[in-house]
Amino acid sequence: MTSVAVVGFTQAPNVRETQGTTNGVEMLVPTLAEAFQQTGLSPSDIGFWCSGSSDYLAGRAFTFISAIDAIGAFPPINESHVEMDAAWALYEAWVKILTGEVDTALVYGFGKSSAGTLRRVLSLQLDPYVVAPLWPDSISIAGIQARMGMESGRWSEQAMAEVAARSLTDAAANPSAQRREAVTAAELLDRPVVADPLRAHDIAPITDGASVVILARTERAREIVERPAVITGFEHRVDSPSLGGRDLTRSESTRAAGRAAGGDGVELAELHAPFSHQELILAGELGLADGVRINPSGGALAANALFSGGLTRIGEAAMRIIDGTAGKVLAHATSGPALQQNLVAVMEGE
Amino acid sequence: MIAEETPLSAPLDIGFDYTRSLGGVFSHFMTELANRRITGVRGSDGTVHVPPVEYDPNTAEALSEFVEVADVGTVRAWSWCAQPVERQPIQRPFAWALITLDGADTAMLHAVNVTSPEAMRTGMRVRARWADEPIGHITDIAYFDPVDDAERVGDAPTPARPPAAREDAGGAVDTVITPIHLSYTHSVSPEESRYLRALAEGRMLAQRCPACEKVYIPPRGACPTCGVPTTTEVELPDTGIVTTFCIVNVPFLGQRITPPYVAAYILLDGADIPFLHLVLGCEADEVRMGMRVRAVWKPREEWETSLQNVDHFEPTGEPDAPYDSYAHHL
Amino acid sequence: MSKQRAAVLGTGQTHHKAKRTDVSMPGLIREAVDRAMADAQVDWPDIDAVVLGKAPDLFEGVMMPELFLADALGASGKPLLRVHTAGSVGGSTSLVAASLVTSGVHRRVLTVAFEKQSESNAMWALSIAPPFSMPVGAGAGGYFAPHVRAYIRRAEAPEHIGALVAVKDRRNGALNPYAHLRQPEITFESVQASQVLWDPIRYDETCPSSDGACAMVLGDEAAGDAVPGGAAWIHATAMRTEPTTFAGRDQVNPQSGKDAAAALWRDGGITDPFAEIDVAELYVPFSWFEPMWLENMGFAEEGTGWKLTESGTTELGGRLPINPSGGVMCTNPIGASGMLRCAEAAKQVMGRAGDYQVDGARKAVGHAYGGGSQYFAMWLVGADKP
Repeated sequence: MTSVAVVGFTQAPNVRETQGTTNGVEMLVPTLAEAFQQTGLSPSDIGFWCSGSSDYLAGRAFTFISAIDAIGAFPPINESHVEMDAAWALYEAWVKILTGEVDTALVYGFGKSSAGTLRRVLSLQLDPYVVAPLWPDSISIAGIQARMGMESGRWSEQAMAEVAARSLTDAAANPSAQRREAVTAAELLDRPVVADPLRAHDIAPITDGASVVILARTERAREIVERPAVITGFEHRVDSPSLGGRDLTRSESTRAAGRAAGGDGVELAELHAPFSHQELILAGELGLADGVRINPSGGALAANALFSGGLTRIGEAAMRIIDGTAGKVLAHATSGPALQQNLVAVMEGE
Repeated sequence: MIAEETPLSAPLDIGFDYTRSLGGVFSHFMTELANRRITGVRGSDGTVHVPPVEYDPNTAEALSEFVEVADVGTVRAWSWCAQPVERQPIQRPFAWALITLDGADTAMLHAVNVTSPEAMRTGMRVRARWADEPIGHITDIAYFDPVDDAERVGDAPTPARPPAAREDAGGAVDTVITPIHLSYTHSVSPEESRYLRALAEGRMLAQRCPACEKVYIPPRGACPTCGVPTTTEVELPDTGIVTTFCIVNVPFLGQRITPPYVAAYILLDGADIPFLHLVLGCEADEVRMGMRVRAVWKPREEWETSLQNVDHFEPTGEPDAPYDSYAHHL
Repeated sequence: MSKQRAAVLGTGQTHHKAKRTDVSMPGLIREAVDRAMADAQVDWPDIDAVVLGKAPDLFEGVMMPELFLADALGASGKPLLRVHTAGSVGGSTSLVAASLVTSGVHRRVLTVAFEKQSESNAMWALSIAPPFSMPVGAGAGGYFAPHVRAYIRRAEAPEHIGALVAVKDRRNGALNPYAHLRQPEITFESVQASQVLWDPIRYDETCPSSDGACAMVLGDEAAGDAVPGGAAWIHATAMRTEPTTFAGRDQVNPQSGKDAAAALWRDGGITDPFAEIDVAELYVPFSWFEPMWLENMGFAEEGTGWKLTESGTTELGGRLPINPSGGVMCTNPIGASGMLRCAEAAKQVMGRAGDYQVDGARKAVGHAYGGGSQYFAMWLVGADKP
């Protein structure tokens, strides 16, 4: 049975606003170069390329085409693109290696969220007949979700603040993070409510960023790194788009993906939760035990580059295997309003 | 060494009034809205979905059994929108809420007209406030008001109505129009910014790729074949050749040049890549592949950071370049 | 490790029109999906995953429409992927769906591609001029016309070849009940007399703007074995990409297309494509691209593709029929156009192409390209197992 492993991960600095283009080229050129340096590979070693990005972040069609300039894609490359977070590009690349057609793949995601007004742009993910014309913004929808959980007793603002405090404090040790602050939950709860029931710390920052993950068939991976992060489970699911028709305090797609991916016994999880309460939903649906270390990178609350943020969670988790600090890890990515679509990857050291 | 300068940026506004044909379920829903009635659809398991869904979330079955529901309902959960954005239903701070209308099993996302979060609560009873002139659009429900007189506040400021929907021959709304206008800040790369600033001074500034040594105009944040930024600056003349071209005879939405015009790939002398520009100064049918051309600049006072400083290219009258000299640029 | 076998179990498409104002986007998609599932004789519980393809989101003004379409796609609770590789996306989407089966990850996959161009205006969406740029662009026709001129010059092709392709494809389309343009009466003279839009491209040498969708159900070897009358077996797939512009780029005969075709022939065990392939559905949005792609694919020597067109070789009944369905020249729901090519190729080897069936078709190619002739996706299907 073929298996596939992560052998490298790099990311651009996560920042509120870059001066670069919406094509991501300025973020990708150094991030790709670093990934090649890290793995000792060169572009000609890559069998398949796959990326994730969104035209609507840039305000025009085909930004992903301009991004391939960063690769130096001539002679031509075997390449594909998803209009999704690049975590799903990684899934496509994983499948490609499983077919036996290629041994290696490089996956990247990028997004310059600062180019437009994110609260308006993301409204266009909603049903275009009866919801999007009202322009509901992502923060307001998340606020409704948070209140549902608070009022039903599933979580509290204290629990939400504890998620944020842990994330921001952990991020203080992550040089790539955008928000970095050693802070306690009590201190956070003294800060004002900005979008009732949410405080600023409950909401991921707006981030420009890019990240790169390199995959290889496990036999090949061992030649590249001493301790490849072997993917032992990789699953994703989507839920109904009907916000008023599904239970927003639950995430059936996360639960189903997690079960299928086989996350029992993980020591560490990187969860893609752009809102503090969403981490609580995810941890519950994934059945993470109390001792599981969540988001040592600081997670999405510390930096949330759209269209690469999910890939970054996988990269961060994989590096904990590669650097020897963990034996089995789980990574999660989300897409769509209120955790509509979710992906889970489980990785292990050998 | 090239000094660091802030890359150029400028607003990019995109907008279109999208026309959305509705199909049976949404057509029924919108037609009823135009008559100030709200209808849902019954799902495979009996669930009454409001707003309606065309396909059952559990079975994917096409749904078609309509159910009229009340325009009064109960808030299931809410959040406070302290800073409304353009086109949201209320143009001052307001509440978003999931509202289950009486007779419905699912909740509708909409706005509630209260003036502070203290005035909102889950379980609040609310009633649809209809737009003055319903047209068959979800915004016919302008927002929801508290049912309790004591909790109700004055009229809320609302955004502009969308253009009227279209009706079919039978008087049913079959299409809604939804304007989507977004504003972005568009930036160009540091390399292209240097080229654009040079254009503002009437100069054609290219850069050479340090790896393949090809001369790019405009310069690139990444040489497309090498993946590294172009670096060494090369000043080019404003003369060159037409490699290939077409004559644009067709008008289209958003067009900025009146047809007919010749859109041509111009390869400047010393460049390794052509760019698109206009050729004037001769009849369109006299433009040829290989024709020698020179830039005709606009008056200096109109120059900005744009290739539009060159009004067009015109023939120089020199002999055409031989085909073999530019065949590899096609 | 050797790949798992994969097959097309069934295909479906909408009736294509300029404006399908009778349906919503979900309704449009379901028209194709329901036909494909009926053709494949499967029901929703049989479907393991869904792969959706579509060109730019700006066309419909919906960001990542697969999210709101999840219920209509029967995808809720299942894996759902969204592919976007410009105009080639319908082809790439088919290939991604195939890889889900050949990898052994899934047994049956539903794949769908659509475009509802009437929600907005593609010329507008494709010609948005960002600040600082020179607003010379004039949609896809304006982009490709100079390269057609370059082809004519390079191949020393007679100027009437474009009209010959247009007449052939439109007459073929008249045999296809789903085609958008069905013009049995079209003549060489009427094409030559139509307005020149982007000189050298005439109106009748141009594809229409269509609303439409295409769907396929793909399955593993056991599923393929169970198809009555035989499945379309996937023998090989290939995707290649190159940058839009670079110094010395060949825009007439792009290297990425040549490389993709070479990989397809190699993996499909084809040594002489012209002799071994029975029919091809090539992505020809402007008629001149037929001879250009015949050369790019290796069906003809460089500079001689137009001779196959001129001699009638590419007509239905000719030695190598190209686009017997009428192709993109008759039907162009952009995001779906590439999948239509793949589906039409499958229909030919399954013997399900109706009035435009190529007699005895055993091996067929579906082909798509996108961007500035820089994204290529293609597959080779056969009536026999690979």
